[in-house]
Amino acid sequence: MLDIQNLKAGINGKEILKGLDLKIGAGEVHAIMGPNGTGKSTLGNILSGRDGYEITDGYVDFDGLNLLEMDPEERAQAGLFMAFQYPVEIPGVSNANFLKSAVNEIRKARGEEPMPAPQFLKLLREKMALVEMKKDFIGRSVNVGFSGGEKKRNEILQMAVLNPKLAILDETDSGLDIDALRIVANGVNKLRTPNNSFIVITHYQRLLDYIVPDFVHVMYEGRIVKSGDKTLALELEAKGYDWIKEEFAAI
Amino acid sequence: MNETDQILENIGTTEYKYGFVTDIEQEFAPKGLNEDIIRFISEKKGEPEWMTEWRLKAYKVWSRMKAPNWAHLNLREIDYQDIIYYAAPKPKEEKKSLDEVDPELLKTFEKLGISLEEQKRLSGVAMDVVVDSVSVKTTFQKTLKEKGIIFCSMSEAIREHGDLVRQYIGSVVPANDNFFAALNSAVFSDGSFCYIPKGVRCPMELSTYFRINAAGTGQFERTLLICDAGGYVSYLEGCTAPSRDENQLHAAVVELICMDDAEIKYSTVQNWYPGDKDGKGGVYNLVTKRGKCQGNNSKISWTQVETGSAITWKYPSCLLIGDGAIGEFYSVAVTNNYQQADTGTKMEHIGKNTTSRIVSKGISMGKSSNSYRGLVRVHKTADNARNFSQCDSLLMNPSCGAHTFPYMEVHNKSAKVEHEATTSKIGDDILFYCQQRGLSEEQAVSMIVNGFCKEVMDNLPMEFAVEARKLLEISLEGSVG
Ligand SMILES: Nc1ncnc2c1ncn2[C@@H]1O[C@H](COP(=O)(O)OP(=O)(O)OP(=O)(O)O)[C@@H](O)[C@H]1O
Ligand SMILES: [Mg+2]
Repeated sequence: MLDIQNLKAGINGKEILKGLDLKIGAGEVHAIMGPNGTGKSTLGNILSGRDGYEITDGYVDFDGLNLLEMDPEERAQAGLFMAFQYPVEIPGVSNANFLKSAVNEIRKARGEEPMPAPQFLKLLREKMALVEMKKDFIGRSVNVGFSGGEKKRNEILQMAVLNPKLAILDETDSGLDIDALRIVANGVNKLRTPNNSFIVITHYQRLLDYIVPDFVHVMYEGRIVKSGDKTLALELEAKGYDWIKEEFAAI
Repeated sequence: MNETDQILENIGTTEYKYGFVTDIEQEFAPKGLNEDIIRFISEKKGEPEWMTEWRLKAYKVWSRMKAPNWAHLNLREIDYQDIIYYAAPKPKEEKKSLDEVDPELLKTFEKLGISLEEQKRLSGVAMDVVVDSVSVKTTFQKTLKEKGIIFCSMSEAIREHGDLVRQYIGSVVPANDNFFAALNSAVFSDGSFCYIPKGVRCPMELSTYFRINAAGTGQFERTLLICDAGGYVSYLEGCTAPSRDENQLHAAVVELICMDDAEIKYSTVQNWYPGDKDGKGGVYNLVTKRGKCQGNNSKISWTQVETGSAITWKYPSCLLIGDGAIGEFYSVAVTNNYQQADTGTKMEHIGKNTTSRIVSKGISMGKSSNSYRGLVRVHKTADNARNFSQCDSLLMNPSCGAHTFPYMEVHNKSAKVEHEATTSKIGDDILFYCQQRGLSEEQAVSMIVNGFCKEVMDNLPMEFAVEARKLLEISLEGSVG
């Protein structure tokens, strides 16, 4: 599904990713943890094609495509989705209109006809129920006046409607209350199939209680420095990052 | 969900697609302006003596006036003797049916996307088309007649409904109001006239399509709308012109009169040729539009989408004279390349309990300049006047300019006047967010801009909203940089 090889990238002359390797198979859930400022969001941004980064080395294969060569919308159309750490507001554009355009652009890129309006509305309602979102959100402007938690839930709604092959969730759990956390996690779990993969960036074990990962990676200084199964997250929760930093310093 | 919300799909061409010239036989007045030319125009149109005199008086006023000099507009000197003041498709008789209309002209309408037949069938819009100076076709006459509604070309109104015209013409915008109003009063060649009798709600949208076709001509149409007590009318106007290197002058006057409990909704989609990428050519759109809320609880609502013209200078205004009168102004102005728009409104609160609402959205691209200039004046007599103004500017790049000049004059302590203004840049964050969801940059821009203008667009009648959104999209292409 995704194969990142020796990815080196930076911004404004500052190197942030320093030779990152990561392989993600179909149907797998990978958690990425690590101290603040180690490059987790940067990785998400680069994978989804945000402007402004200098990529100095490495290769990323996404389902046989040379990901780094593609425009952001082409990546989205190819099935890559990013749930943002800080979702933006779009005044005057309704959630329904926004999502409908997204759905139809993605369909168009695949040579499919636009989705008929009734079918789209049905899909939207179904997915809104999944993330327990109130009906009136359909007509409200994208994220405008949404609470922090509602914005995150809206990201999951978009993901559910667009049904991507690979979803990157950047701290989707931060700012969520316990119920919202359960709802969001539930939304993700419902989308887990043998074909859909996830990268879950988080600081907290509690999310991983709900979304049980197949692999856990620790990112430090722009690299994956340790990988393991779900027990690694528990170990980090108990011991913090110091032992990782020490191990890293020893190399 | 609002279904009109999603007309963002097909992107047209970046070029001005209305820029063709129609090869129809035309009749011209000689170039230049003097009393003889005015007599020529008046005679051509078979006008009564009083009208000729009225024009000549206006001409005298105009010849004593000086062209205004606006700080914010970079206006090339206009040589008023180098303009043809009358050009009309031949032959000029009124057409009884479409079959009698010049086939070349019909082709023009098709290119404009306004096949009249189609309009009739699909939207039930009664339509008048003014090419250069003459009204070519008014549809739906019969249906309207049954209701006692008069909707015809100005020339016809002068001939057939002289009393009404004589009573009201110049009563809202007098000839001496300003330089261009005076010029228009002297030389106006056609336009639309509408009268809604007492208690009649006009059952369909009335619409006029203006087109400048001939080279070297100016267009000076004059529109007069009277809505009698308890009446209602929604009126639309659209404008296009061929692409030409020269600057063409368009100096229109629109007068609205609204009696007790009457309502006029006036919508404009203005898409005159804006000039090319380097600022060559384009229409000078210098227009005086004013509505008089004469009666108690009368209401006038202006909605405009301005995407064309090299220079736009217009301030659709409301005189709120009757107690409880309401004035509204909703505007979207888009400028690109070297376009300059200076637009806004004037709300004159004169009666008691009058309210006004101003929503202005300016979008600037390229090296263009986009100004909102508005005046809210609360007169001594206007107890409990209320005004709310919202002026937002969206900048697409660093080289364009947006300015807001909200003037307020309050002479009555009970007034409440509120003004809000914002300026924002189209952000990389929002663009990236949309692209990450699969939209191209162009679609993202179009969507964001449509969202920005939504409050205004929602005020347009349905058929017009579709056209306006398409226009907006076309003007936005290649705008981000
Ligand atoms: N535009 C920029 N200019 C300079 N430095 C930047 C820029 N953007 C990010 N950085 C730096 O890159 C590093 C990695 O940032 P990133 O946001 O990827 O960290 P993170 O691992 O997601 O952290 P957190 O856990 O706090 O979300 C940080 O040191 C940050 O300050
Ligand atoms: Mg981060």
